[in-house]
Amino acid sequence: MARAFTPKVVTANALIEGDVVYLTADDRWSRDHAEAELIEDEAHAQLRLLKAESQKNIIVGAYLADAKPGATGPEPIHFREAFRTRGPSNYAHGKQEAGHV
Amino acid sequence: MYKYNDFDEAFVRQRNAQFRKQVERRIDGSLTEDEFKPLRLMNGLYLQLHAYMLRVAIPYGTLSADQMRQLAMIADRWDKGYGHFTTRQNIQYNWPKLTDVPDMLDALGDVQMHAIQTSGNTIRNVTADHFAGAAADEIEDPRPTAELIRQWSTDHPEFQALPRKFKIGVTGSPNDRAVTKSHDIGLRIVRGSGGQTGYEVLVGGGLGRTPMVGQVIKPFVKKEDLLPYLEAIVSVYNLMGRRDNKYKARIKITVFENGMEKFRDAVDERFKVTKQEFGGVSADVLREIETFFAAPAFRNAPEDAYLAARNSDPVFRSWTDTNLTEHRAPGYAIVTVSLKAHGATPGDATSAQMRLLADLAETYGHGELRISHEQNVILPHVHKSDLPALHAALKIEGLATANIGLVSDIIACPGMDYCALATARSIPVAQELATHFNSIGLEEEIGALKIKISGCINACGHHHVGHIGILGLDRAGVESYQITLGGDHTENMVIGERAGPGFAYDEIVPAIERLLRAYLEVREDATETFLEAYRRLGAEPFKAALYPAEAARDAA
Repeated sequence: MARAFTPKVVTANALIEGDVVYLTADDRWSRDHAEAELIEDEAHAQLRLLKAESQKNIIVGAYLADAKPGATGPEPIHFREAFRTRGPSNYAHGKQEAGHV
Repeated sequence: MYKYNDFDEAFVRQRNAQFRKQVERRIDGSLTEDEFKPLRLMNGLYLQLHAYMLRVAIPYGTLSADQMRQLAMIADRWDKGYGHFTTRQNIQYNWPKLTDVPDMLDALGDVQMHAIQTSGNTIRNVTADHFAGAAADEIEDPRPTAELIRQWSTDHPEFQALPRKFKIGVTGSPNDRAVTKSHDIGLRIVRGSGGQTGYEVLVGGGLGRTPMVGQVIKPFVKKEDLLPYLEAIVSVYNLMGRRDNKYKARIKITVFENGMEKFRDAVDERFKVTKQEFGGVSADVLREIETFFAAPAFRNAPEDAYLAARNSDPVFRSWTDTNLTEHRAPGYAIVTVSLKAHGATPGDATSAQMRLLADLAETYGHGELRISHEQNVILPHVHKSDLPALHAALKIEGLATANIGLVSDIIACPGMDYCALATARSIPVAQELATHFNSIGLEEEIGALKIKISGCINACGHHHVGHIGILGLDRAGVESYQITLGGDHTENMVIGERAGPGFAYDEIVPAIERLLRAYLEVREDATETFLEAYRRLGAEPFKAALYPAEAARDAA
């Protein structure tokens, strides 16, 4: 039996700011992991990644990251992805800053 | 200090103008990321976890007051008001916008700085002893040599696509503070039999995945032969080095796989050609560069104020005990300013701190600053009579921490708080260790100790050569910290030994505390350092402290 597919989100960095972004179901790039499209099908995941990679003037380095459903939307699984949702731990910079876009 | 000539100035300006156009073409879509990436890396621009990062070279760790002020300006104007000083004497800005980077590079060019070859498979920023030109134990200032190498290696057409990155470090003192044995090429200025100075040349050192101690390829290379000899080494490596596997591509592997004898023979053969090609150029240019590094006019003044302050102010006394190093000029001291206030991020300086340091360098330090690979700032030339005023001024921006060489003076790479390569965080581990040992009051009692933390196997935090090394790894989706013991970064370089299984994030500080309490138990007296005790007793008592359950089981 094939292994169960771990759900994914498409993530990348914004071209200009480098900020972490997520592809939403309605084809926007959100700065918020909870707004990401949680992709439960492997073939669909590849198509969404291709869609992301074609947007070369908006984002850099798109890839699929493991995620799981949460109370307010998809949540990261790996600690690296968890750090990417908020920013560094030594200063309240990045997504932890007030007024962060 | 070295001043750019017209050629240097034009070269940097031209590169910046080219990069500005490249950024424009990336943004308008005429360059893909695959095309743009090597171009941005050539100019020191990385994409990290949360943002871009601009790595700016501080050649051989030397900065003028004006340059430091400009670094502060750049931090305020285009970043988040701080910079991070690295273990290779660079400064990194963690939050630049792609569209701002050309302006940042121009601002650097205004003070004769750049970010060229701070990335990519090229010869990187040449590092040197941070006490260069000031240390009492120095044979000769290594910075003219480092500057010569910078000029030779910058945009060197043959060496822009080496098998892998290439790092050179230079020391002018037998007490090696530049970690030359961990470099692809290490240079140690030595005296020849006739009293003339030349270089002992080491090759094949490196940390990372396969740590190796650099080996002597030539015990003495004459000054006039330096560049042709380096050219011979790098060109032999360029041909002989592996390109099939990036983990086997550094020169340490080339030397290891071929053997030093074969590698040396190939270099000697190549040197016959390069020596002819260079003629006397290497020596001529070096002589000219040396004139830029003349010592400042040291003054003769009484030291009474210094001695009086030491007697009356215990805080000042304690700072002078830890943060000063012997200077070669009478009445002077080398001041190491700690960027490791307990709980602070190792190597980070705010723009206000940078400006204060620039002002203090001008007032008390002949306008010179240095950045150490241990991520502190040095004022290399301060007259002792100025130390009380300097110390008082440093307090204003929280820069008077008296902890150089102690448990809280930790090297830490950016780790997974910033770095895209990291497998675990390093900064918060450093912060918590420093805060913890300060709060339990053991710092002074533990004494001289080097803790070095890397957030991945690439070892930017030099963990292999820490007396205690900490390596952060990803073990099945959880941060795990491996401890190495007994490393030594000096001229007697030793790669530390792995103590055993890793510790979870919340176990690492208690583990280090057990280790250091064990050291306090077993040391002969307060003069025996951790490293000396480790060498005398071996790993066993320390492993027993790290892994008490295993030790109890073995004893049962």
